[in-house]
Amino acid sequence: MAATAIQRKEKLIERIFLLIAFSSIFSLFIIALFIFAEGLPLIWKVGLKDFLLSTRWAPTKGHFGIFAMIVSSFWVTIGALLFGGPLGLMCSFFLVEFASDRLRAFIKPALELLAGIPSVVYGFLGVVYLVPLVRDYLGGPGLSLLTASIILGIMILPTVISISVDALVAVPDSYREAAFSLGATRWQTTYMVTVHAARSGIITSLVLGMGRAVGETMAVIMIAGNALKIPLSPLDPLRTLTSNIALEMGYASGMHRQALFATGIVLFFFVMALNTIATVYARRKRIK
Amino acid sequence: MAEFILEIKHFNLFYGDFPALKDLSFSIKEHTVTALIGPSGCGKSTLLRSFNRMNDLIQGVRTEGEILFKGENIAQNGINLVALRQKIGMVFQRPNPFPLTVRDNITFGPRVMGEKKADILEAAVEKSLTRVGLWKVLKDSLEKNALSLSDEQQQRLCIARLLAVKPEIVLMDEPCSALDPIATLRIEELMLELKKRYTVVVVTHNMQQAARVSDETGLMYLGELIEFDNTKKIFTTPSQKITEDYVTGKFG
Ligand SMILES: Nc1ncnc2c1ncn2[C@@H]1O[C@H](COP(=O)(O)OP(=O)(O)O)[C@@H](O)[C@H]1O
Ligand SMILES: [Mg+2]
Repeated sequence: MAATAIQRKEKLIERIFLLIAFSSIFSLFIIALFIFAEGLPLIWKVGLKDFLLSTRWAPTKGHFGIFAMIVSSFWVTIGALLFGGPLGLMCSFFLVEFASDRLRAFIKPALELLAGIPSVVYGFLGVVYLVPLVRDYLGGPGLSLLTASIILGIMILPTVISISVDALVAVPDSYREAAFSLGATRWQTTYMVTVHAARSGIITSLVLGMGRAVGETMAVIMIAGNALKIPLSPLDPLRTLTSNIALEMGYASGMHRQALFATGIVLFFFVMALNTIATVYARRKRIK
Repeated sequence: MAEFILEIKHFNLFYGDFPALKDLSFSIKEHTVTALIGPSGCGKSTLLRSFNRMNDLIQGVRTEGEILFKGENIAQNGINLVALRQKIGMVFQRPNPFPLTVRDNITFGPRVMGEKKADILEAAVEKSLTRVGLWKVLKDSLEKNALSLSDEQQQRLCIARLLAVKPEIVLMDEPCSALDPIATLRIEELMLELKKRYTVVVVTHNMQQAARVSDETGLMYLGELIEFDNTKKIFTTPSQKITEDYVTGKFG
């Protein structure tokens, strides 16, 4: 008798957890639904081609082309990858292959702290220190693709490092032993063997880092200059998809507001594509 | 009288406080196969790894005594480990080819030494694979991932990978333990072939294997070298009671 009571309770708890799990999926579904319900009609009215490929964004005059922002988001993401990718990978190589246990125990929490700093702080630091440096030594307004790339590069470090560290740690020591026994140095072992063995995880870390960069908003608004044009040099200011939504949502209404939601759809596909690539690479590793 | 390529003199090794090798002294002749036998945990692998200083990767290892490689003490501090490991190479218990192509596995050693010329690397691939009997089988699939080969082929590939760095001594730590009996016999043939050009030291817990392939055999027990002698003598008229008990299978 007692057992059935316990079992019934167990069943109930199981149901509650299932409900909670579903509610998170449900809210994702609701969010997607709202974005699409608000955004799709505008894309329908303007035409997909004009919406994506026109550079003319003048919502009050009925022009809704987001091409300049797509290009800007693209460059900022690539820029962040160029700065944060090599730096993050070198960091994880150092942590896994070279650092002593004591040093690792110190650096890893520090990196987690880096992930916990609010993006507005990164933006603030960028405006106060980096922007004047770029302006004075390289020219341009300082608020630029270059500045945004550097700051975003730092911001994606925790993502890149933690995932690539996991991938490197998972590489069997027998590979390293074999390499050392053939006279390879630590660094040769790392770039000739370990990196190949951990390749899918490393690519995943870079792709997810890019996902982080595409989505970042606050810091980019503060340091990228927000000019509505296609950047032609790293020193030009730019406005990304996310910045545009954040900057204009306060006063947007009607079609303008719909256009911002439609921008959200584009971002949605951007991030989804990156996540899919990351999952594909992660899965490829498991099959091996 | 063949000259000694390795002379071990009063060699001790400690893992922290634990003495894993105790006062070992014996010598290994060039172009022979030497077998190290003994029950598991007696220090065979530890000894083998002392010959190319792979124990240096383990924290808290300390040694006393000398190991002379062609007269030079390689157990002392300040030895160039990279150069040493190119002269004294190792084949491991489990085949451990890199997750790279067959070609990249073989050329790894030469590339590590700074060789960049494609024709020299190609020649090394053909020569090494030929020596381990894999060239005919694999010459059209050099781009294949080494992990897709059979266990025996992987182990042969590991040997070939080692030969490409032109070692003088080939250390093998139970190289057949992951292989089936037929593959084992074929690897043994390969060992006999290898001793023409190299000196082979093989750890094995397979007594028949030691008897079949080796010229000299050392029996280890609890970190000590009980007896080291001509293989035939070890297996027919050993001078120690422990040896006799071990080779006749009374313990082990
Ligand atoms: N990394 C290590 N740290 C501490 N003790 C070890 C280590 N490796 C081996 N030993 C110990 O040294 C002894 C010899 O081990 P090993 O050389 O692997 O023996 P064998 O190869 O003959 O089986 C064993 O008692 C083992 O427990
Ligand atoms: Mg062993």
